[in-house]
Amino acid sequence: MLDTRYRVEIPGGIHLEAQVVGPVARAFALAIDTVIGAILIFLLTLAAIPLNFGGMGGGLFLLMLFVIEWLYPVLFEVLARGQTPGKKMLGIAVVNDDLSPVTLGTSLVRNLLRTVDFLPLFYLAGLVTMLSNRRFQRLGDLAAGTLVVSISKSARPAAMDDIPPLAPAIALSRGEQTAIVDFLQRSSQLSQPRQQELAAILEGITHEAGEDGVERLHRNGAWYLGMR
Amino acid sequence: MKQHEFEAEHRALWQRIDAALQQPAKDDNAQLLAEQYLGLCQQLAIAKERMYDSALVEQLNNRVLDLYRELYRYRAESRFNFYAFVKRDFPLAIYRHRYFVLVAFLLLVVPGLVAGTWTYFDDEAIYSVLDSSQVRQMERIYDPEARKIGREREADTDIFMFGFYIKNNIGIAFRCFAGGLLLGVGTLFVLLFNGIFMGSIAGHLTRLDYVDTFYPFVIGHGSFELTAIVFSGAAGLRLGYAILHPGQLSRLDGLRQAGREVVPMLYGIVLMLTIAAVLEAFWSSSSSLPIAVKYTVGALLWGLVLLYSFSGSRHESR
Repeated sequence: MLDTRYRVEIPGGIHLEAQVVGPVARAFALAIDTVIGAILIFLLTLAAIPLNFGGMGGGLFLLMLFVIEWLYPVLFEVLARGQTPGKKMLGIAVVNDDLSPVTLGTSLVRNLLRTVDFLPLFYLAGLVTMLSNRRFQRLGDLAAGTLVVSISKSARPAAMDDIPPLAPAIALSRGEQTAIVDFLQRSSQLSQPRQQELAAILEGITHEAGEDGVERLHRNGAWYLGMR
Repeated sequence: MKQHEFEAEHRALWQRIDAALQQPAKDDNAQLLAEQYLGLCQQLAIAKERMYDSALVEQLNNRVLDLYRELYRYRAESRFNFYAFVKRDFPLAIYRHRYFVLVAFLLLVVPGLVAGTWTYFDDEAIYSVLDSSQVRQMERIYDPEARKIGREREADTDIFMFGFYIKNNIGIAFRCFAGGLLLGVGTLFVLLFNGIFMGSIAGHLTRLDYVDTFYPFVIGHGSFELTAIVFSGAAGLRLGYAILHPGQLSRLDGLRQAGREVVPMLYGIVLMLTIAAVLEAFWSSSSSLPIAVKYTVGALLWGLVLLYSFSGSRHESR
Protein backbone atom coordinates (compact mmCIF):
# COMPACT_ATOMS: atom_id res chain seq x y z
CA MET A 1 0.00 0.00 0.00
CA LEU A 2 1.17 3.49 -0.78
CA ASP A 3 1.13 5.11 2.61
CA THR A 4 3.70 7.48 4.06
CA ARG A 5 2.42 7.18 7.60
CA TYR A 6 4.91 5.83 10.10
CA ARG A 7 3.58 4.44 13.38
CA VAL A 8 5.50 3.83 16.54
CA GLU A 9 4.45 2.94 20.07
CA ILE A 10 5.82 5.47 22.53
CA PRO A 11 6.22 5.18 26.33
CA GLY A 12 2.97 7.12 26.75
CA GLY A 13 1.27 3.86 25.87
CA ILE A 14 -0.12 4.99 22.54
CA HIS A 15 0.71 4.74 18.88
CA LEU A 16 2.08 7.96 17.52
CA GLU A 17 1.97 8.68 13.81
CA ALA A 18 4.22 10.78 11.64
CA GLN A 19 4.43 11.38 7.90
CA VAL A 20 7.77 10.30 6.46
CA VAL A 21 9.14 12.64 3.82
CA GLY A 22 10.07 11.59 0.31
CA PRO A 23 12.99 12.47 -1.94
CA VAL A 24 11.57 15.66 -3.46
CA ALA A 25 11.19 17.69 -0.26
CA ARG A 26 14.49 16.34 1.01
CA ALA A 27 16.25 17.28 -2.22
CA PHE A 28 14.94 20.84 -1.88
CA ALA A 29 16.14 21.00 1.73
CA LEU A 30 19.52 19.67 0.64
CA ALA A 31 19.76 22.22 -2.16
CA ILE A 32 19.04 25.06 0.28
CA ASP A 33 21.65 23.74 2.73
CA THR A 34 24.18 23.38 -0.08
CA VAL A 35 23.62 26.99 -1.12
CA ILE A 36 23.96 28.17 2.49
CA GLY A 37 27.17 26.16 2.85
CA ALA A 38 28.53 27.66 -0.38
CA ILE A 39 27.68 31.19 0.81
CA LEU A 40 29.42 30.51 4.13
CA ILE A 41 32.54 29.29 2.32
CA PHE A 42 32.44 32.34 0.04
CA LEU A 43 32.20 34.71 3.02
CA LEU A 44 35.00 32.82 4.76
CA THR A 45 37.19 33.19 1.72
CA LEU A 46 36.54 36.94 1.68
CA ALA A 47 37.37 37.13 5.38
CA ALA A 48 40.57 35.13 4.92
CA ILE A 49 41.98 37.25 2.08
CA PRO A 50 43.26 40.17 4.23
CA LEU A 51 44.81 37.65 6.62
CA ASN A 52 47.99 35.85 5.72
CA PHE A 53 46.67 32.85 3.83
CA GLY A 54 49.78 30.77 4.40
CA GLY A 55 49.49 31.39 8.10
CA MET A 56 46.83 31.84 10.71
CA GLY A 57 44.07 32.98 8.34
CA GLY A 58 44.60 29.98 6.10
CA GLY A 59 44.66 27.62 9.06
CA LEU A 60 41.36 28.91 10.42
CA PHE A 61 39.93 28.86 6.89
CA LEU A 62 40.78 25.18 6.46
CA LEU A 63 39.39 24.43 9.92
CA MET A 64 36.10 26.12 9.08
CA LEU A 65 36.03 24.38 5.71
CA PHE A 66 36.28 21.07 7.53
CA VAL A 67 33.44 22.04 9.88
CA ILE A 68 31.16 23.13 7.01
CA GLU A 69 32.00 20.10 4.90
CA TRP A 70 31.43 17.46 7.58
CA LEU A 71 29.73 18.91 10.64
CA TYR A 72 27.26 21.55 9.35
CA PRO A 73 24.30 19.14 9.30
CA VAL A 74 25.34 17.48 12.57
CA LEU A 75 25.52 20.76 14.46
CA PHE A 76 22.12 21.92 13.25
CA GLU A 77 20.39 18.58 13.69
CA VAL A 78 21.58 18.20 17.27
CA LEU A 79 21.19 21.81 18.38
CA ALA A 80 18.09 22.81 16.38
CA ARG A 81 15.87 19.80 17.01
CA GLY A 82 16.64 17.80 13.91
CA GLN A 83 16.41 20.72 11.51
CA THR A 84 19.09 22.19 9.29
CA PRO A 85 18.04 25.57 7.84
CA GLY A 86 16.94 23.83 4.65
CA LYS A 87 14.84 21.30 6.53
CA LYS A 88 13.33 24.06 8.63
CA MET A 89 12.15 25.88 5.52
CA LEU A 90 10.55 22.71 4.23
CA GLY A 91 8.94 21.89 7.58
CA ILE A 92 10.73 18.57 7.94
CA ALA A 93 13.01 17.18 10.65
CA VAL A 94 15.32 14.25 11.30
CA VAL A 95 14.21 11.97 14.12
CA ASN A 96 15.37 8.66 15.55
CA ASP A 97 13.17 5.77 14.48
CA ASP A 98 11.25 5.97 17.77
CA LEU A 99 10.37 9.55 16.74
CA SER A 100 12.51 11.02 19.52
CA PRO A 101 14.86 13.89 18.60
CA VAL A 102 18.03 12.86 16.81
CA THR A 103 21.05 12.48 19.09
CA LEU A 104 24.69 13.43 18.48
CA GLY A 105 25.71 9.83 17.78
CA THR A 106 22.95 9.01 15.32
CA SER A 107 23.29 12.37 13.57
CA LEU A 108 27.05 11.86 13.19
CA VAL A 109 26.62 8.39 11.67
CA ARG A 110 23.93 9.45 9.17
CA ASN A 111 25.91 12.50 8.06
CA LEU A 112 29.31 10.82 7.75
CA LEU A 113 27.70 8.15 5.58
CA ARG A 114 26.39 10.92 3.32
CA THR A 115 29.59 10.41 1.26
CA VAL A 116 28.36 6.93 0.34
CA ASP A 117 24.82 8.10 -0.39
CA PHE A 118 26.32 10.62 -2.80
CA LEU A 119 27.95 7.88 -4.90
CA PRO A 120 28.33 7.49 -7.80
CA LEU A 121 27.06 11.02 -8.48
CA PHE A 122 24.43 13.39 -7.10
CA TYR A 123 23.08 11.11 -4.38
CA LEU A 124 22.10 8.32 -6.76
CA ALA A 125 22.81 5.59 -4.20
CA GLY A 126 20.83 7.49 -1.58
CA LEU A 127 17.92 8.02 -3.95
CA VAL A 128 17.75 4.38 -5.00
CA THR A 129 17.89 3.29 -1.36
CA MET A 130 15.18 5.77 -0.38
CA LEU A 131 12.87 4.51 -3.08
CA SER A 132 13.39 0.89 -2.12
CA ASN A 133 12.13 1.10 1.44
CA ARG A 134 8.85 2.26 2.91
CA ARG A 135 10.35 4.86 5.20
CA PHE A 136 12.32 6.75 2.54
CA GLN A 137 15.57 6.12 4.40
CA ARG A 138 18.85 6.67 2.61
CA LEU A 139 21.85 4.48 3.45
CA GLY A 140 22.99 6.79 6.24
CA ASP A 141 19.51 6.71 7.75
CA LEU A 142 19.43 2.93 7.65
CA ALA A 143 22.74 2.64 9.49
CA ALA A 144 21.92 5.37 12.01
CA GLY A 145 18.32 4.31 12.58
CA THR A 146 16.91 7.71 11.67
CA LEU A 147 14.18 8.99 9.38
CA VAL A 148 12.94 12.32 8.12
CA VAL A 149 9.38 13.26 9.03
CA SER A 150 7.11 16.16 8.30
CA ILE A 151 6.40 18.39 11.25
CA SER A 152 4.49 21.10 9.46
CA LYS A 153 1.01 21.50 10.83
CA SER A 154 -1.97 21.00 8.61
CA ALA A 155 -4.49 23.65 9.53
CA ARG A 156 -7.57 22.19 11.13
CA PRO A 157 -10.86 23.40 9.68
CA ALA A 158 -12.61 25.97 11.83
CA ALA A 159 -15.48 24.86 14.01
CA MET A 160 -18.75 24.89 12.12
CA ASP A 161 -21.22 26.09 14.69
CA ASP A 162 -23.62 27.57 12.19
CA ILE A 163 -24.84 24.24 10.82
CA PRO A 164 -28.10 23.10 12.43
CA PRO A 165 -27.56 19.47 13.47
CA LEU A 166 -29.99 16.84 12.28
CA ALA A 167 -30.32 13.26 13.51
CA PRO A 168 -29.64 10.79 10.66
CA ALA A 169 -32.50 8.65 9.40
CA ILE A 170 -30.85 5.32 10.19
CA ALA A 171 -28.19 4.13 12.65
CA LEU A 172 -24.67 4.02 11.15
CA SER A 173 -21.55 2.22 12.31
CA ARG A 174 -18.66 4.12 13.89
CA GLY A 175 -16.60 4.04 10.72
CA GLU A 176 -19.49 5.34 8.65
CA GLN A 177 -20.11 8.11 11.18
CA THR A 178 -16.45 9.17 10.97
CA ALA A 179 -16.67 9.22 7.18
CA ILE A 180 -19.62 11.61 7.32
CA VAL A 181 -17.88 13.86 9.86
CA ASP A 182 -14.75 13.90 7.71
CA PHE A 183 -16.92 14.85 4.74
CA LEU A 184 -18.15 17.85 6.71
CA GLN A 185 -14.65 18.82 7.91
CA ARG A 186 -13.21 18.68 4.41
CA SER A 187 -16.11 20.41 2.70
CA SER A 188 -14.14 23.66 2.45
CA GLN A 189 -11.48 21.88 0.37
CA LEU A 190 -13.94 20.24 -2.04
CA SER A 191 -15.77 21.93 -4.88
CA GLN A 192 -19.56 21.98 -4.76
CA PRO A 193 -19.97 19.65 -7.79
CA ARG A 194 -17.57 17.15 -6.26
CA GLN A 195 -19.44 17.29 -2.95
CA GLN A 196 -22.71 16.66 -4.79
CA GLU A 197 -21.13 13.77 -6.62
CA LEU A 198 -20.03 12.21 -3.31
CA ALA A 199 -23.38 12.91 -1.65
CA ALA A 200 -25.16 11.22 -4.58
CA ILE A 201 -23.59 7.90 -3.49
CA LEU A 202 -25.77 8.08 -0.38
CA GLU A 203 -28.92 9.18 -2.18
CA GLY A 204 -30.57 5.87 -1.34
CA ILE A 205 -30.34 6.75 2.36
CA THR A 206 -30.73 10.52 2.41
CA HIS A 207 -33.39 10.56 -0.31
CA GLU A 208 -32.14 13.93 -1.39
CA ALA A 209 -30.03 14.91 -4.37
CA GLY A 210 -27.86 17.84 -5.38
CA GLU A 211 -27.29 20.65 -2.92
CA ASP A 212 -29.95 19.34 -0.57
CA GLY A 213 -28.14 15.98 -0.30
CA VAL A 214 -24.89 17.76 0.56
CA GLU A 215 -26.59 19.94 3.15
CA ARG A 216 -28.26 16.96 4.80
CA LEU A 217 -24.91 15.15 5.11
CA HIS A 218 -23.36 18.27 6.63
CA ARG A 219 -26.18 18.46 9.16
CA ASN A 220 -25.79 14.76 9.98
CA GLY A 221 -22.07 15.36 10.46
CA ALA A 222 -22.76 18.23 12.86
CA TRP A 223 -25.08 15.94 14.80
CA TYR A 224 -22.41 13.24 15.08
CA LEU A 225 -19.96 15.85 16.32
CA GLY A 226 -22.35 16.35 19.22
CA MET A 227 -23.73 19.79 18.40
CA ARG A 228 -27.22 20.35 19.65
CA MET B 1 -19.40 11.71 25.16
CA LYS B 2 -19.75 13.41 21.82
CA GLN B 3 -16.78 15.02 20.17
CA HIS B 4 -18.16 18.50 20.63
CA GLU B 5 -18.31 18.14 24.42
CA PHE B 6 -14.92 16.40 24.49
CA GLU B 7 -13.32 19.29 22.67
CA ALA B 8 -15.08 21.86 24.84
CA GLU B 9 -13.85 20.10 27.98
CA HIS B 10 -10.19 20.02 26.93
CA ARG B 11 -9.88 23.08 24.72
CA ALA B 12 -8.46 25.36 27.42
CA LEU B 13 -5.81 22.79 28.39
CA TRP B 14 -4.78 22.26 24.76
CA GLN B 15 -4.36 25.97 24.25
CA ARG B 16 -2.16 26.18 27.35
CA ILE B 17 -0.05 23.26 26.10
CA ASP B 18 0.30 24.84 22.64
CA ALA B 19 1.36 28.12 24.24
CA ALA B 20 3.84 26.33 26.50
CA LEU B 21 5.33 24.50 23.50
CA GLN B 22 6.16 27.87 21.94
CA GLN B 23 8.50 28.69 24.84
CA PRO B 24 9.24 25.36 26.47
CA ALA B 25 12.41 26.51 28.20
CA LYS B 26 10.56 28.52 30.85
CA ASP B 27 10.26 26.69 34.18
CA ASP B 28 6.49 26.70 34.64
CA ASN B 29 6.03 25.74 30.99
CA ALA B 30 8.35 22.76 31.40
CA GLN B 31 6.41 21.69 34.47
CA LEU B 32 3.06 21.97 32.67
CA LEU B 33 4.35 19.93 29.73
CA ALA B 34 5.78 17.20 31.96
CA GLU B 35 2.55 17.00 33.98
CA GLN B 36 0.21 16.96 31.03
CA TYR B 37 2.10 14.51 28.82
CA LEU B 38 0.36 11.35 29.99
CA GLY B 39 -3.01 13.07 30.10
CA LEU B 40 -2.58 14.20 26.51
CA CYS B 41 -1.60 10.66 25.46
CA GLN B 42 -4.79 9.41 27.07
CA GLN B 43 -6.89 12.02 25.28
CA LEU B 44 -5.38 10.94 21.98
CA ALA B 45 -6.14 7.30 22.78
CA ILE B 46 -9.75 8.20 23.67
CA ALA B 47 -10.20 10.25 20.52
CA LYS B 48 -8.97 7.32 18.42
CA GLU B 49 -11.04 4.74 20.27
CA ARG B 50 -14.25 6.77 19.96
CA MET B 51 -13.44 7.43 16.32
CA TYR B 52 -13.70 11.17 16.58
CA ASP B 53 -13.07 12.81 13.27
CA SER B 54 -9.64 12.41 11.73
CA ALA B 55 -8.79 16.12 11.81
CA LEU B 56 -9.08 16.11 15.62
CA VAL B 57 -7.11 12.86 15.92
CA GLU B 58 -4.39 14.27 13.68
CA GLN B 59 -4.27 17.50 15.64
CA LEU B 60 -3.94 15.62 18.93
CA ASN B 61 -1.35 13.29 17.40
CA ASN B 62 0.77 16.24 16.27
CA ARG B 63 0.46 17.87 19.67
CA VAL B 64 1.65 14.68 21.41
CA LEU B 65 4.47 14.38 18.85
CA ASP B 66 5.65 17.92 19.59
CA LEU B 67 5.46 17.33 23.32
CA TYR B 68 7.23 13.98 23.02
CA ARG B 69 10.04 15.53 20.98
CA GLU B 70 10.32 18.29 23.56
CA LEU B 71 10.49 15.89 26.53
CA TYR B 72 13.15 13.68 24.96
CA ARG B 73 15.18 16.59 23.66
CA TYR B 74 16.83 16.95 27.05
CA ARG B 75 17.95 13.35 26.96
CA ALA B 76 19.44 13.89 23.52
CA GLU B 77 21.35 17.01 24.52
CA SER B 78 22.69 16.17 27.95
CA ARG B 79 23.93 12.67 27.37
CA PHE B 80 27.54 13.13 26.40
CA ASN B 81 29.84 12.69 29.40
CA PHE B 82 33.39 13.43 28.28
CA TYR B 83 35.11 11.97 31.33
CA ALA B 84 33.18 8.70 31.21
CA PHE B 85 33.78 8.56 27.48
CA VAL B 86 37.56 8.86 27.73
CA LYS B 87 37.84 6.64 30.78
CA ARG B 88 35.46 3.86 29.83
CA ASP B 89 33.34 4.10 26.69
CA PHE B 90 36.05 4.55 24.09
CA PRO B 91 38.45 1.84 25.36
CA LEU B 92 35.48 -0.48 25.78
CA ALA B 93 34.37 0.17 22.20
CA ILE B 94 37.92 -0.59 21.01
CA TYR B 95 37.91 -3.81 23.02
CA ARG B 96 34.56 -4.89 21.61
CA HIS B 97 35.79 -4.20 18.08
CA ARG B 98 39.17 -5.85 18.71
CA TYR B 99 38.98 -8.30 15.81
CA PHE B 100 38.07 -5.51 13.43
CA VAL B 101 40.91 -3.43 14.86
CA LEU B 102 43.31 -6.31 14.26
CA VAL B 103 42.18 -6.78 10.65
CA ALA B 104 42.33 -3.03 9.97
CA PHE B 105 45.80 -2.91 11.52
CA LEU B 106 47.03 -5.72 9.26
CA LEU B 107 45.41 -4.12 6.19
CA LEU B 108 47.32 -0.91 6.87
CA VAL B 109 50.65 -2.27 8.09
CA VAL B 110 51.33 -5.33 5.91
CA PRO B 111 51.03 -3.50 2.57
CA GLY B 112 52.99 -0.65 4.16
CA LEU B 113 55.86 -2.93 5.10
CA VAL B 114 55.86 -4.63 1.71
CA ALA B 115 55.87 -1.28 -0.13
CA GLY B 116 58.51 0.07 2.26
CA THR B 117 60.81 -2.88 1.71
CA TRP B 118 60.37 -2.57 -2.02
CA THR B 119 61.18 1.16 -2.16
CA TYR B 120 64.10 0.59 0.21
CA PHE B 121 65.79 -1.86 -2.14
CA ASP B 122 64.65 -0.48 -5.47
CA ASP B 123 65.39 3.14 -6.35
CA GLU B 124 62.74 3.26 -9.07
CA ALA B 125 59.94 1.77 -7.01
CA ILE B 126 58.82 5.03 -5.40
CA TYR B 127 57.79 6.33 -8.84
CA SER B 128 55.13 3.63 -9.07
CA VAL B 129 53.39 5.21 -6.10
CA LEU B 130 54.10 8.94 -6.39
CA ASP B 131 54.76 11.07 -9.44
CA SER B 132 58.18 12.64 -9.81
CA SER B 133 57.20 16.13 -8.62
CA GLN B 134 55.78 14.66 -5.40
CA VAL B 135 58.97 12.65 -4.90
CA ARG B 136 61.13 15.76 -5.41
CA GLN B 137 59.01 17.72 -2.95
CA MET B 138 59.21 14.92 -0.39
CA GLU B 139 62.98 14.70 -0.77
CA ARG B 140 63.35 18.46 -0.42
CA ILE B 141 61.34 18.56 2.82
CA TYR B 142 63.40 15.87 4.53
CA ASP B 143 66.81 16.63 3.03
CA PRO B 144 69.19 16.98 6.03
CA GLU B 145 71.33 19.50 4.09
CA ALA B 146 68.35 21.76 3.54
CA ARG B 147 67.41 21.49 7.19
CA LYS B 148 70.64 22.99 8.38
CA ILE B 149 70.19 26.18 6.41
CA GLY B 150 66.43 26.33 6.94
CA ARG B 151 65.33 28.22 10.01
CA GLU B 152 62.71 27.36 12.61
CA ARG B 153 59.21 27.53 11.20
CA GLU B 154 57.11 30.44 12.34
CA ALA B 155 54.17 29.99 14.69
CA ASP B 156 51.86 31.37 12.02
CA THR B 157 52.73 28.52 9.67
CA ASP B 158 52.07 26.04 12.47
CA ILE B 159 48.48 27.23 12.73
CA PHE B 160 48.03 26.88 8.98
CA MET B 161 49.35 23.33 9.15
CA PHE B 162 47.03 22.57 12.08
CA GLY B 163 44.00 23.51 10.00
CA PHE B 164 45.37 21.51 7.11
CA TYR B 165 45.94 18.39 9.19
CA ILE B 166 42.46 18.58 10.75
CA LYS B 167 40.75 18.90 7.38
CA ASN B 168 42.89 16.37 5.60
CA ASN B 169 43.36 13.66 8.22
CA ILE B 170 39.91 13.63 9.79
CA GLY B 171 38.47 13.72 6.27
CA ILE B 172 40.47 10.61 5.38
CA ALA B 173 39.32 8.85 8.56
CA PHE B 174 35.68 9.75 7.93
CA ARG B 175 35.87 8.46 4.36
CA CYS B 176 37.61 5.33 5.57
CA PHE B 177 34.68 4.72 7.95
CA ALA B 178 31.96 5.58 5.41
CA GLY B 179 33.53 3.28 2.83
CA GLY B 180 32.61 0.39 5.09
CA LEU B 181 29.02 0.72 3.94
CA LEU B 182 30.13 -0.48 0.50
CA LEU B 183 30.44 -3.99 1.95
CA GLY B 184 33.75 -2.94 3.48
CA VAL B 185 35.39 -2.38 0.10
CA GLY B 186 35.79 1.38 0.52
CA THR B 187 37.48 0.93 3.88
CA LEU B 188 39.74 -1.75 2.44
CA PHE B 189 40.78 0.60 -0.33
CA VAL B 190 41.54 3.54 1.97
CA LEU B 191 43.59 1.37 4.34
CA LEU B 192 45.59 -0.33 1.58
CA PHE B 193 46.18 2.95 -0.24
CA ASN B 194 47.38 4.80 2.84
CA GLY B 195 49.50 1.85 3.99
CA ILE B 196 51.26 1.65 0.64
CA PHE B 197 51.61 5.44 0.41
CA MET B 198 53.16 5.92 3.83
CA GLY B 199 55.22 2.74 3.66
CA SER B 200 56.81 3.55 0.34
CA ILE B 201 57.72 7.07 1.44
CA ALA B 202 59.30 5.75 4.62
CA GLY B 203 61.24 3.11 2.65
CA HIS B 204 62.45 5.59 0.08
CA LEU B 205 63.58 8.19 2.63
CA THR B 206 65.37 5.49 4.63
CA ARG B 207 67.14 4.44 1.45
CA LEU B 208 68.32 8.03 0.97
CA ASP B 209 69.47 8.00 4.60
CA TYR B 210 67.19 10.89 5.57
CA VAL B 211 66.58 8.96 8.79
CA ASP B 212 67.39 11.76 11.23
CA THR B 213 64.96 14.20 9.65
CA PHE B 214 62.07 11.87 8.79
CA TYR B 215 61.61 9.60 11.81
CA PRO B 216 61.92 12.23 14.55
CA PHE B 217 59.23 14.17 12.69
CA VAL B 218 56.70 11.37 12.33
CA ILE B 219 57.19 9.39 15.54
CA GLY B 220 55.35 11.83 17.83
CA HIS B 221 52.05 12.42 16.09
CA GLY B 222 52.19 9.04 14.37
CA SER B 223 51.14 7.42 17.62
CA PHE B 224 47.73 9.10 17.62
CA GLU B 225 47.35 9.42 13.86
CA LEU B 226 48.08 5.88 12.70
CA THR B 227 46.15 4.35 15.58
CA ALA B 228 43.13 6.54 14.81
CA ILE B 229 43.25 5.54 11.13
CA VAL B 230 43.27 1.89 12.22
CA PHE B 231 40.24 2.57 14.43
CA SER B 232 38.36 4.28 11.61
CA GLY B 233 39.13 1.25 9.47
CA ALA B 234 37.79 -1.01 12.23
CA ALA B 235 34.57 1.03 12.43
CA GLY B 236 34.15 0.84 8.65
CA LEU B 237 34.80 -2.90 8.56
CA ARG B 238 32.23 -3.34 11.34
CA LEU B 239 29.59 -1.75 9.09
CA GLY B 240 30.55 -3.86 6.11
CA TYR B 241 30.60 -7.03 8.20
CA ALA B 242 27.13 -6.26 9.58
CA ILE B 243 25.76 -6.32 6.03
CA LEU B 244 27.76 -9.33 4.86
CA HIS B 245 27.26 -11.45 7.96
CA PRO B 246 24.39 -10.17 10.11
CA GLY B 247 24.10 -13.40 12.12
CA GLN B 248 20.72 -13.73 13.84
CA LEU B 249 19.55 -10.31 12.72
CA SER B 250 18.18 -9.15 9.41
CA ARG B 251 20.74 -7.25 7.34
CA LEU B 252 18.92 -3.99 8.01
CA ASP B 253 18.76 -4.55 11.77
CA GLY B 254 22.37 -5.68 11.75
CA LEU B 255 23.44 -2.51 9.98
CA ARG B 256 21.42 -0.38 12.38
CA GLN B 257 22.99 -2.10 15.38
CA ALA B 258 26.48 -1.66 13.94
CA GLY B 259 25.67 2.01 13.32
CA ARG B 260 24.87 2.45 17.01
CA GLU B 261 27.87 0.49 18.25
CA VAL B 262 30.53 2.36 16.27
CA VAL B 263 29.49 5.80 17.57
CA PRO B 264 32.07 5.85 20.44
CA MET B 265 34.73 4.88 17.90
CA LEU B 266 33.81 7.91 15.78
CA TYR B 267 34.03 10.30 18.72
CA GLY B 268 37.36 8.73 19.66
CA ILE B 269 38.73 9.07 16.14
CA VAL B 270 37.92 12.78 16.07
CA LEU B 271 39.52 13.26 19.49
CA MET B 272 42.69 11.34 18.61
CA LEU B 273 43.15 13.03 15.24
CA THR B 274 42.71 16.44 16.83
CA ILE B 275 45.47 15.59 19.29
CA ALA B 276 47.55 14.27 16.40
CA ALA B 277 47.04 17.52 14.46
CA VAL B 278 48.15 19.58 17.47
CA LEU B 279 51.25 17.42 17.85
CA GLU B 280 52.05 17.42 14.15
CA ALA B 281 51.65 21.16 13.75
CA PHE B 282 53.26 22.40 16.96
CA TRP B 283 55.55 19.64 18.22
CA SER B 284 56.73 17.42 15.36
CA SER B 285 57.58 20.39 13.17
CA SER B 286 60.01 21.92 15.63
CA SER B 287 63.54 21.39 14.30
CA SER B 288 65.45 22.98 17.18
CA LEU B 289 64.85 20.15 19.63
CA PRO B 290 67.48 17.41 19.87
CA ILE B 291 66.61 14.20 18.08
CA ALA B 292 66.92 12.21 21.30
CA VAL B 293 64.15 14.28 22.92
CA LYS B 294 61.89 13.67 19.94
CA TYR B 295 62.46 9.93 20.04
CA THR B 296 61.94 9.77 23.80
CA VAL B 297 58.71 11.76 23.74
CA GLY B 298 57.57 9.81 20.68
CA ALA B 299 58.18 6.50 22.41
CA LEU B 300 56.32 7.71 25.50
CA LEU B 301 53.35 8.79 23.36
CA TRP B 302 53.27 5.43 21.61
CA GLY B 303 53.36 3.66 24.98
CA LEU B 304 50.52 5.85 26.23
CA VAL B 305 48.34 5.28 23.17
CA LEU B 306 48.92 1.53 23.17
CA LEU B 307 48.30 1.16 26.91
CA TYR B 308 45.13 3.17 26.55
CA SER B 309 43.96 1.21 23.52
CA PHE B 310 44.36 -2.07 25.37
CA SER B 311 42.68 -0.86 28.56
CA GLY B 312 39.13 -1.63 27.49
CA SER B 313 38.78 -5.27 28.56
CA ARG B 314 38.47 -4.48 32.25
CA HIS B 315 35.32 -2.43 31.61
CA GLU B 316 33.58 -5.34 29.92
CA SER B 317 30.89 -6.79 32.17
CA ARG B 318 31.07 -10.54 32.49
